[in-house]
Amino acid sequence: MPPPISAAEIADEALVEGSSLWKDAWSRLRKNRLAVGSLFTFIFIVLFCIVGPWISPWEANTQDLFLGATGPSAQHWFGTDTLGRDLMVRVMYGGRISLLVGLVATLVALSIGVIYGATAGYVGGRTDSAMMRFVDLLYAIPFTIFVILLMVAFGRSLWLMFVAIGAVEWLSMARIVRSGVIGLKKQEFVEAAVSLGYSHRRIILRHLIPNVLGPVIVIATLTVPAVMLLEAFLSFLGLGVQPPDASWGVLINEGQQNMEIYPWLLIWPAAFFATTLFCLNFIGDGLRDALDPKSAKD
Amino acid sequence: MPLLDVNDLTTHFHTRDGVVRAVDGVSFHLDRGETLGIVGESGSGKSVTCYSLLRLIPEPPGRIERGTAMFDGQDLLQMSPAELRRIRGRRISMIFQDPMTSLNPFLRISTQLIEALQTHQDISNKDALKKATAALEEVGIPEASKRVTGYPHEFSGGMRQRVMIAMALITEPDLLIADEPTTALDVTVQAQILDIIKQRQNDLGTAVILVTHDLGVVAGTCDRVLVMYGGQEMESGTAEQIFYAPRHPYTRALQKTIPSLQTKGQELYTIPGLPPDASKPATGCAFFPRCPYPKNRDPMGERPDLVDLGEGHCWAACGYCDSSAPIESVLAKADEAIVDPLPVEVETAR
Amino acid sequence: MLKFVIARLLQGILVLLAIYAVTFFLVAATPGSPFSTERAIAPEILAQIEAFYGYDKPTSERFFTSLTNVLQGEFGPSAVYANRTVTQIIAESFPVSLLLGSLALLVALGIGIPAGILAAVKRNTWLDYIPMSVSMAGICLPTFVMGPLLALLFGLILNWLPVGGWFGPEFWILPTATLGLYYAAYFARLTRGGMLEMLNQDFVRTARAKGVPETTIVLKHCLKGGLIPAITFLGPALAGIISGSFVVETIFQVPGLGQWFVRAALNRDDFLVLGLTVLFATLIVIMNLLVDIAQVALNPRLKYD
Repeated sequence: MPPPISAAEIADEALVEGSSLWKDAWSRLRKNRLAVGSLFTFIFIVLFCIVGPWISPWEANTQDLFLGATGPSAQHWFGTDTLGRDLMVRVMYGGRISLLVGLVATLVALSIGVIYGATAGYVGGRTDSAMMRFVDLLYAIPFTIFVILLMVAFGRSLWLMFVAIGAVEWLSMARIVRSGVIGLKKQEFVEAAVSLGYSHRRIILRHLIPNVLGPVIVIATLTVPAVMLLEAFLSFLGLGVQPPDASWGVLINEGQQNMEIYPWLLIWPAAFFATTLFCLNFIGDGLRDALDPKSAKD
Repeated sequence: MPLLDVNDLTTHFHTRDGVVRAVDGVSFHLDRGETLGIVGESGSGKSVTCYSLLRLIPEPPGRIERGTAMFDGQDLLQMSPAELRRIRGRRISMIFQDPMTSLNPFLRISTQLIEALQTHQDISNKDALKKATAALEEVGIPEASKRVTGYPHEFSGGMRQRVMIAMALITEPDLLIADEPTTALDVTVQAQILDIIKQRQNDLGTAVILVTHDLGVVAGTCDRVLVMYGGQEMESGTAEQIFYAPRHPYTRALQKTIPSLQTKGQELYTIPGLPPDASKPATGCAFFPRCPYPKNRDPMGERPDLVDLGEGHCWAACGYCDSSAPIESVLAKADEAIVDPLPVEVETAR
Repeated sequence: MLKFVIARLLQGILVLLAIYAVTFFLVAATPGSPFSTERAIAPEILAQIEAFYGYDKPTSERFFTSLTNVLQGEFGPSAVYANRTVTQIIAESFPVSLLLGSLALLVALGIGIPAGILAAVKRNTWLDYIPMSVSMAGICLPTFVMGPLLALLFGLILNWLPVGGWFGPEFWILPTATLGLYYAAYFARLTRGGMLEMLNQDFVRTARAKGVPETTIVLKHCLKGGLIPAITFLGPALAGIISGSFVVETIFQVPGLGQWFVRAALNRDDFLVLGLTVLFATLIVIMNLLVDIAQVALNPRLKYD
């Protein structure tokens, strides 16, 4: 008779399965040409924004009022703005800030969402339903209005923006983490781990988190463009990043004011902003299809 | 002329991982009022055979590669979509495995029953509703006139399958295709559903194709039986021939898996090995890798011929194994010999 | 049904009260006074004005006074635009915003939902790929990018349409398109997803086996369930159209409410901010209530509770 399989083996087998899931997902993602193309474009834009200013001979805030706004030329590839500043360097700096806001505010949203959702899912019962009812209520609230008032009330600092945007975007994150945790709690390998007397810490770290990681990565990837959108919206209204600093939203606003005469001031930042959102959305979609083959289109 | 005459039906699925030969050259026929059982385990191609007849397989990736299915003189496989729609639901109806998902949860039962009628007949809403209520009564749904306006979620699984039967038979079709109608139901309900199908069949004179993995279901229900494995026919004949004089090793092994035919206390028999991987090109008899009989030689890509044993009893004459030996002794030996792979149950109910 | 509606109504009122409170205290926390203007006013007069509006009282007391006033439909005067009450400003500008918002929502639903259905039915064909790529592009071109670009293209380069003002139907086109197309893209994607899920259900196979024509399968069997994701999104879409109007009305110089909000917030026009927030929040709460009712009406499995 073969020796009975121990619960620990079952539990660890699930982890092995987990790693092949990632391998499968990676090979599926590589086949998704749109997602791979988006990934490369996105990496290019990020490098352009980070490395670009070091290479470029121009400074973002050096004005040349004598020059004024000029169209794209050999010296200034993207042209210059009304104050004679090199637009390409300004787009790079603007990108740095937009991407930074996207990253940090997403991390804020991620922390709130994961902690909230995991707590609700792990504790369960009445606490869970009360916590989720609260999330439902928050969904019904026009947050943009609050964010605008918040920015007006407490000054327009970058840090406040991170927190304000993060505080708005965590809701779907919490929902997804919660449903993932609840689904996993019922599965045999978690029960096996519980029956073996593993600590909560070990169960959460080794069994729960690795298994909700997939959906969380997907939603986080899709939250970045949403966050960048909100930042640009605020900056466009003059409530976000303040001149002389610029984000893509600020540049689009400046461009829009002068578009009749200097259309390139609008087109360059708008193109970079839209392309970045486009790439991030496609990467997110591709990741979702790769990590959850059932949800794939065909 | 038989009601339905299927010849060399071949349905393949063209997936990213290769061509899956779900149905690989199957032929059978069916007379009016007759009941044919199609038996086989998961992946044997029995359900795909039925879906192919009404062209309900998803295309792409599925494709009916060749074959004919003459229904009352017309080839179902060559019809235009419009012609086919006039056959579907009117002359050939179908019921499915899972009654929980096969009814539309967003529409009332009455709407779904009436739809079957009004698609094919010029009938007023009032008359159609009357007929729908009567149809529910006939399948034994209590308080039919009240429940007919309900929604599917207000019905239990067994009741929903009754609704499916009522819906399929409301147009009094010539042929009812029942794809594993009892698999998803409680054991206690299974017999009731089979009884209702049989009873309605007697009332209406409908021919029935009953697809099942349960040879026990076939025994009491079917006139003739087609045993399929790996998309191919293994054996066919009358229910008596299949039960009392099975010839093919697969049929014999399948018979051994019926719990009620085994001695009490004996361990349940399971056919060793795994169901065939239909994406691998078929070489020879599909059952060869799992065949417990002593092998004379390797089939080397030759498909066994269908040999008629007389009185309509056909089998895929396997020339490679010595199938004349009595099954018990063979299986006993086979059990000893096979250590790996692990035994799998014939069908893991989903 | 009535019980369900009343319960949701009460919940909506609760949400409104909470929104009011948060808005009030956010506004109160904003530095400066609504009555300080560029013109130098004698401190005594300023104090008099503040006393007149109750600003000499503690914030908590003011909160209850203002709440009582608002509940009686009294939004108070605009602090910055002299001689006009908040109610007057809303009465003047709201019809414009309402027209713009309704047209935009109409565009969003009228284009988004048919496109989504078509893409789902013809999936993996050009009728799927093209609308879905366009909609992805739409989602990446928010109102403040789309608006200037449309104005640039159709107004300044092609010279087909006016880019500012609100004097007739031809002036409506660009703002409506800017605001509506973005949400059309969302609705198209949500509808496609919902319809695809329905089309893959077993009951579709049942309907086909009954001989039901494909058009009937799509419209009768799948539409109800397939539209649920899109309908759920109506609440967020309305909220988005309102905040989008802040941008669009500024870009196209539309004399609606949206352009007032940001200005009012920046100018500390407390009464106007509160009045507008109450109006916007009420609209959204009503929309969410309608969505809840529609969901229950569409899905027989949901019970009223």
